Amino acid sequence: MRLVLGPLLYYWPRQRVFDFYDEIAALPVDVVYLGEAVCARRHELRLEDWQALGERLAQAGKEVVFSTLPLIESESDLKAVRRVLAAAQEAGCLAEANEMGAVRMLAESGQAFVAGATLNVFNAETLQLLKEAGARRWVLPPEASEKVLAGILSRKNDALETEVLVHGRAPLAYSARCFTARRFRLQKDACEFRCLDFPEGIPVLTREGQPFLTLNGIQTQSAKVYHLERELPALQALGVTHLRISPAPEATPEIVRAYRRLLEGAPAGMPNGDYCNGFWYEEPGLSWVECAREVA
Amino acid sequence: MELVCPAGGLPALKTAVDSGADCVYTGFRDATNARNFAGLNFDEASLKEGLAYAHRYGVKVFLALNTFPQTHHWRQWTAAVDKAAELGVDAVILADLGLMAYARRVHPQLRLHLSVQGSATNYEAINFYYERFGIQRAVLPRVLSLPQVEQVVKNTPVEIEVFGFGGLCVMVEGRCALSAYATGISPNCHGACSPGSAVRYVETPQGLETRLNGVLIDRFSRTERAGYPTICKGRYAVGGETYYAIEEPTSLNTLELLPALLRMGVAAIKIEGRQRSPAYVGQVTRVWRAAIDEAKRNPEHFKLRQEWMTQLNKVSEGAQATLGAYNRPWK
Repeated sequence: MRLVLGPLLYYWPRQRVFDFYDEIAALPVDVVYLGEAVCARRHELRLEDWQALGERLAQAGKEVVFSTLPLIESESDLKAVRRVLAAAQEAGCLAEANEMGAVRMLAESGQAFVAGATLNVFNAETLQLLKEAGARRWVLPPEASEKVLAGILSRKNDALETEVLVHGRAPLAYSARCFTARRFRLQKDACEFRCLDFPEGIPVLTREGQPFLTLNGIQTQSAKVYHLERELPALQALGVTHLRISPAPEATPEIVRAYRRLLEGAPAGMPNGDYCNGFWYEEPGLSWVECAREVA
Repeated sequence: MELVCPAGGLPALKTAVDSGADCVYTGFRDATNARNFAGLNFDEASLKEGLAYAHRYGVKVFLALNTFPQTHHWRQWTAAVDKAAELGVDAVILADLGLMAYARRVHPQLRLHLSVQGSATNYEAINFYYERFGIQRAVLPRVLSLPQVEQVVKNTPVEIEVFGFGGLCVMVEGRCALSAYATGISPNCHGACSPGSAVRYVETPQGLETRLNGVLIDRFSRTERAGYPTICKGRYAVGGETYYAIEEPTSLNTLELLPALLRMGVAAIKIEGRQRSPAYVGQVTRVWRAAIDEAKRNPEHFKLRQEWMTQLNKVSEGAQATLGAYNRPWK
């Protein structure tokens, strides 16, 4: 199984992004997704910057994938996505389609792609259609369980690679509204780019202080970190080819090394965290199922 | 422009027909649709009766099959498509690619609508469904502004249906797993959000608490009206401030945009609320029927009537109604 670093979902200052990927270049990760995958307003890095980062990471031996927006509303959003798709093609990289409009554009140009988690693949028939449209890899939606995955992969589809988020906050919802701007009583179009002040989003606590959600602009994430460490044997047995780790401000290098050790059969030494794995077991996503149990 | 009204059961269907709906939309009594609530929806016999009633008055009946089937449930969803075709519904409203391909292949005469759960917010996405499956209508998520709706209409041969009235999802439909995170039950897979079985109302010295699978969604003082604990409508503590962090409990009312929607060629207005009572359906249908007729008759001088707004406000969820994303006060 190959180790993947998903797209950076938070909005970091330009130099911090460069520094982060400098560090990533030296880490034992096989695939790196680059580009803006949350909000069309974010612009610390221009497309040319992402392309340059892509070249650097490719030179370091990484497979690079260009991610795209999950919500395409306006003509300018469409243009932005078209530019990213063209850049991916030019660089000989896959693009990650997170929206059916992107799928259409990719299918039209005959460009191979990764079918992102927001495309809602819950059955083998849907996956087959995306394959026919040009998907080479697909990503399991975060809310999908082992049983769902097993069902999809029960129809042998050897040419397709399967990617699963194994570590990171679960992206739970997207809106046209921005909840970070709302926090500061700002209009979305004049948001002052407040996301820059929150390198891992804004914690949302219940009124009794329980960490519940995370605001990340138009995206809402879980508060807990989805974590499938002990499920790796099950993932492997099902035929999963790619394991995604979602970038975090501090922990990413340590997490990447820990998963690499696991893949090599060594003790992981995984750092402690506020973890959840309920989605995998068809339980509430925020729950933690203690024993990896047999799923029929 | 068609008026598409909700029917959570036979009485609501008949009320919608009697009150001036052009179309009613329905669902089977199971997880194949996104309003899978106890006591709601149709079995075969009641749908047959509803179809006969509606068709007698020239009203169309749509059937929502707009959840995402999982491989091990696949046959239940395809059987629902087969049943819909056999009973003669006028269209099925689908979200899943695989199910759409099945419907196209097995029932080529069956009219396909893309559900709001399909999250298609731009013409490229809608045209993808059109080219691959021949969809004839798409329901837009409640996140687009008016100019964005117009941009979609201009660039697709597919009829566009928009939400006009009812409960408001702040998240893009089909892209929300908040309920799954707290309860394990989601709109995408189970057809339900914040299910009643997970809801608890608890009286405490601090006020009435509403909990969803144990998670405190809100707490109400004696002077406040306690709302249903939908996650996006709860009050939370963010950076030391407690407020509606995601969305205030409001509902959508776009009556005043009617002439604009008509002008830009929107094919249908959808009323939300299959979970609401026949009285709600009747009230809302009558007002919108009158408004659409007047807007068609006299688009240049269409004026909102206070009586319409009064009647609609009476049945709104939450105290206030908004124009939602169509005009974007938050933008």
